[in-house]
Amino acid sequence: MAALRAELTDPGCGAYAAFEGWVRNHNEGQRVTRLEYEAYAPLAAREGEQVIAEAISRYGLHGALCVHRIGALPLGEIAVWVGASAPHRDEAFRACRYVIDEVKHRLPIWKKEYYEGGDSGWVNCERCAAPVDHAGAGAAAPATPEPHGHGHAHGPRR
Amino acid sequence: MSAPLYGLLLTGGRSRRMQRDKLALEYGGQPQLARAMALLEPLVERSFISVRADQRDDPQRAAFPCITDVLPEIGPIGGIHAALCAHAEAAWLVLAGDLPFLNAATLQQLIAARAPQRLATAFRSSHDGKPEPLCAIFEPTSRDLIEAWIAAGQRCPRDFLAHSDVELLELRDARALDNVNTAAEYLQARGEFTERGAGAGNGAGPTSPGARRRLNIQYFALLREQAGRREETVTSAAVDARALYAELSAVRGLKLRPEQLRVAINESFADWSQPLSEGDTVVFLPPVAGG
Repeated sequence: MAALRAELTDPGCGAYAAFEGWVRNHNEGQRVTRLEYEAYAPLAAREGEQVIAEAISRYGLHGALCVHRIGALPLGEIAVWVGASAPHRDEAFRACRYVIDEVKHRLPIWKKEYYEGGDSGWVNCERCAAPVDHAGAGAAAPATPEPHGHGHAHGPRR
Repeated sequence: MSAPLYGLLLTGGRSRRMQRDKLALEYGGQPQLARAMALLEPLVERSFISVRADQRDDPQRAAFPCITDVLPEIGPIGGIHAALCAHAEAAWLVLAGDLPFLNAATLQQLIAARAPQRLATAFRSSHDGKPEPLCAIFEPTSRDLIEAWIAAGQRCPRDFLAHSDVELLELRDARALDNVNTAAEYLQARGEFTERGAGAGNGAGPTSPGARRRLNIQYFALLREQAGRREETVTSAAVDARALYAELSAVRGLKLRPEQLRVAINESFADWSQPLSEGDTVVFLPPVAGG
């Protein structure tokens, strides 16, 4: 994370904001024991780059980056990371929010929850009417395809 | 859990009235054996041709996995019986070799209506109202009864189905199961494909929208689990992703409805109606849930 943050530093920036999405121990009343993420990596990467480019032009950022992990993740792990730097704080905050929201809705990344008692389910699939989930985690540009791998950073920088 | 669906093209007939091998007859420039297998292969997990022992060296037939009759000279029921014995784990989509008008839509209708708890799924004949045995699905449970039927001296697969627990369907495309038995019938049928140009003769019937394409399919998340695989290559006449999903959902038992999905072609989001091209990679995307 420090390395990603370092990529966003710039003497012209007065603000840096970051968002971390974590693997949470419950969802919709069920105890969650772990999560598993899967991505259609090439398309997720391309769409992630697009989201980052939109954020940069929309909020006049110096730069933005985003990483999403795939594979099995235990509780408490970081699933997704977003960082943005800008001359002023408002743009940096709003850009983080924009990136995480867009990425959750647009990138081909799927999450399987494993519950206490042995059940499991793909979020938004098996309970299709499920509302937008408010999990601590957000999505972002995708990861390398191997399970347990860390995602690589995306984002055009100025 | 229903048995996996295998395909069997019956090619062991004597073609006595035609006096020529019906499977070598060409429609739209392509022999019927290759046309029928191109139609069958994308819809089943494995596909075979049923042959007599003396046909195994025929070069056209040797290009495909063969199942040789165990009980010779008893006609098509012998071919069906041999397949049920050779792969007892499978249900069999059985096709006669002389159905030039058969198309993917008709087979999809049959597969979608398959009733694994019954002995077979078949169309009702427009001629006599009985089940059509030579474009039908035979479940593994039918094997013992077919064996008993043969042992009792019976030969007619149509009568077998007429006396069995069969799921019966109405045929939507009434011509799809018209067969070709004589030289005159062949000339007439061939003419219909020729008039429509070479493009229509590419493995599908004259009502088919066009050529078949090889497509790469990838599955993710819930669809990967339902399909039981991450990817496959199919040969399909589907003109767009919507038609392709209809085919694959029938064959692979995909339970999500198309309106729940998005589609990507060659790593870009695409419209369901975007025409498919040879070699395209198509991915159906379940509802996403990153973060």
